Amino acid sequence: MSDTITLSIDGQEITVSAGSTLLQAAQSASADVPTICYHDHCTSYGLCRICVVEVKGQRVLSPACVAEAQSGMEVETRSARVERSRKTILEMLDSAVDLSEAPEVLEQLSDYGADRERFAGGWKRSPDVIDDNPMFVRDYSQCVMCWRCVQVCAEDAQYAFAINFSGRGFETSINTFYEQSLPASSCVFCGQCVGVCPTGALKPKREWLLELGRTPDEILRMTRTERRKKKRRQERAYQTGNSSMGEKGNVSG
Amino acid sequence: MKQTQNSSNFDLNKLTDVLASMSGRGRTMLLPALHAAQGIYGWLAEPVAAEIGRQLKVPLADVFGVIEFYSMFYSRPVARNIARVCGDPSCSIAGGARALENACDHLSVALDEISADGEWMLERAPCLGLCEHAPAALVGDRAVGAINPDKTSEWLSVHGDRAGSVVGGDIRVLTRNCGNGAPTSLNGYRDGGGYSALTMALKEFSPEEVISEIKASGLVGRGGAAFPTGVKWEGAANAFGESKYVVCNADESEPGTFKDRVLMEEDPHQLLEGFILAGYAIGARRGYIYVRGEYVRAVEILTEAMGAGYDAGLIGGDIAGSGFDFDVEIRVGAGAYICGEETALFESIEGKRGFPRIKPPFPTTYGLFGMPTVVNNVETLCNVPLIINQGSDGFRKYGTEESPGPKLFCVSGDVVRPGLYEVSFGVTLRHILENLAGGVAGGELGAVLLGGAAGAFVTRDDLDVPLTFEDLRLANLPLGSGVLMVFRDGREIRQVLEGLAHFFADESCGKCYPCQLGTQRQHEILQRATVGQSMPGDREKLCDVGWTMTDASLCGLGQTAATAVLSALELWPDVLRGNDGPV
Repeated sequence: MSDTITLSIDGQEITVSAGSTLLQAAQSASADVPTICYHDHCTSYGLCRICVVEVKGQRVLSPACVAEAQSGMEVETRSARVERSRKTILEMLDSAVDLSEAPEVLEQLSDYGADRERFAGGWKRSPDVIDDNPMFVRDYSQCVMCWRCVQVCAEDAQYAFAINFSGRGFETSINTFYEQSLPASSCVFCGQCVGVCPTGALKPKREWLLELGRTPDEILRMTRTERRKKKRRQERAYQTGNSSMGEKGNVSG
Repeated sequence: MKQTQNSSNFDLNKLTDVLASMSGRGRTMLLPALHAAQGIYGWLAEPVAAEIGRQLKVPLADVFGVIEFYSMFYSRPVARNIARVCGDPSCSIAGGARALENACDHLSVALDEISADGEWMLERAPCLGLCEHAPAALVGDRAVGAINPDKTSEWLSVHGDRAGSVVGGDIRVLTRNCGNGAPTSLNGYRDGGGYSALTMALKEFSPEEVISEIKASGLVGRGGAAFPTGVKWEGAANAFGESKYVVCNADESEPGTFKDRVLMEEDPHQLLEGFILAGYAIGARRGYIYVRGEYVRAVEILTEAMGAGYDAGLIGGDIAGSGFDFDVEIRVGAGAYICGEETALFESIEGKRGFPRIKPPFPTTYGLFGMPTVVNNVETLCNVPLIINQGSDGFRKYGTEESPGPKLFCVSGDVVRPGLYEVSFGVTLRHILENLAGGVAGGELGAVLLGGAAGAFVTRDDLDVPLTFEDLRLANLPLGSGVLMVFRDGREIRQVLEGLAHFFADESCGKCYPCQLGTQRQHEILQRATVGQSMPGDREKLCDVGWTMTDASLCGLGQTAATAVLSALELWPDVLRGNDGPV
């Protein structure tokens, strides 16, 4: 089996290593294929479908992030079908989620000439902000359901398994076991979920407090209180001869 | 009947015995464990779920994710009795919608709300597969049909079950033992020549020869995708894997479809025989039959038949002295249409949320537990003993060259005799509608929804198209799972479309964006259409949403969630109306 394959991307012949995805092939052909859920260091599940491309002879569009490039494929990255799907997905997402802190998606909305009012008035996901720990807050009204946080919390990185999903369909959301607080869950506060979140849904608590107009002094006081509480808990535990290093809610990452 | 309990009152000891037999198998036992626990406590409280997670070694957040995915699992207290009234078209037009409204009034509750005395909770259910008994409901574990919408207390308290199946047709091959009002026993099945295909094949045919015969028969899948069965078997047989599985997809949930329910309830051994033959052909030693959670009676009947099969040495070790070992396990779903998608079904058996997987890899190489797997629909498997007994030539006496064999059609809605009809491929829609089902009831024909919720509407102009894969392909129509849902002239088509959209919005798993967002937006646009409040641009929006779901969704659910709506927009361009007329 040869190590490279040749295919056509937007009419351009391109040779890539065997096993490449269409996204990688498109990138080496300098074709711009947008992505939302895709992340270099997470397993790709082909969720957002923004990266779909049209492969000649195939009934439906192919998600470039997971579809493998095959020899002789003729791929169109901006055909009319592709454009309609991307634009409609972006318009629908925009109507369902607060994208104000998702600069990459905002750029895509303008690239694809999305009409931001088109689905206005439809059901919007707007749960309250969850502020249950000193490290980060969760504002799922900004969650685009890219799954990255769930993935890094599980097998993609941390194996903490603190979060998963609740509901299904449009009402799917990220949740802990019976909606318990993060400190009560198996969260280890490694912060990886915050790092991979593409929107403002997961945000360091200090950043959030700053945005709310708190002064740095206030913020320090507010988070110091949290640190003191933690310290007191640890001291109590040591006094009773019971190490609390594994206690849920400790900062260990 | 279910008991409501306070969350402080959970005797976890009751779970111990249940979990003891399951814990060794880990996560795959999650759905069975949740079913068992809910049977004990009525609902799944946090300490119960936590204990299950610990015993099966499943992360707690994942346990909650699974409970939350399936509509028949409850993470909050429920009433002692749950009545689920079918809200999909055939039942809805027959009075199901009114029945639900009246029942809410009668019990002074809103949907999904517990009545003041804690006795009742009412839910709008997706199609319950009882379309020939419309309007239908599931009261507790009891399926009741032909409920009187205006007599709530009557149907809520009726004892006994619904009437028997209505089975007819030009031929009675797959349904020869159906329609007798009782399941066919092992002896009854054997008296009619049953299990002779299995014993003969085990004695005289190599697995390869079984596969050749199935290939030669031209049998294709009856679940909707029409993939050649023999090719699928061959793929799994040739794939490398330390173990292989066969899975029977009995998660029949396509609105308007009830054929698999009838086959399971009335002739369970026919299915088991085909299933064991599939296992023999591909070299599997274990098979799973995944039945939707709403099919309580089918599960009972299949379980009993399976027990009889084990006792008779037809399932288990060294079947009929052949040296072939094959175990069968029945798995029960918990309310999720998406689990009829083959890879979502695997996830469910593995104890996960029913999210469909990306394909490729395909099940024949990477299926259940990552092993080569054949997954077949109930009706497909029921054809297998017939093919082995009569040979591929005998099978090809039915149907056409390109669409050989018998075919079951589920006829419901506005017809004189709703029921299950068996015909040869090639008869026309008109034949089934007029000659078998007795014609349109209550008026002239308006439209037929062909193929189910994921199908397309046809009108009287299409009645003479022969029902074969080749003819329907030419006419650009789907055969789907063999559904003919009939609407007489004057039925409010917008209402029907809204109902279908409601179904898909409820049943979308939420994994990929087009379907997660599109099924919701499609439903909203059709909701305002039902009250004549369509807005300018709604038609284009519906088309864009529909085509985006069709083109870009991850699985077959999303890819077909707009098919019926798009076909309606084409047939009736003025169907959407606003204050100033059509939009």
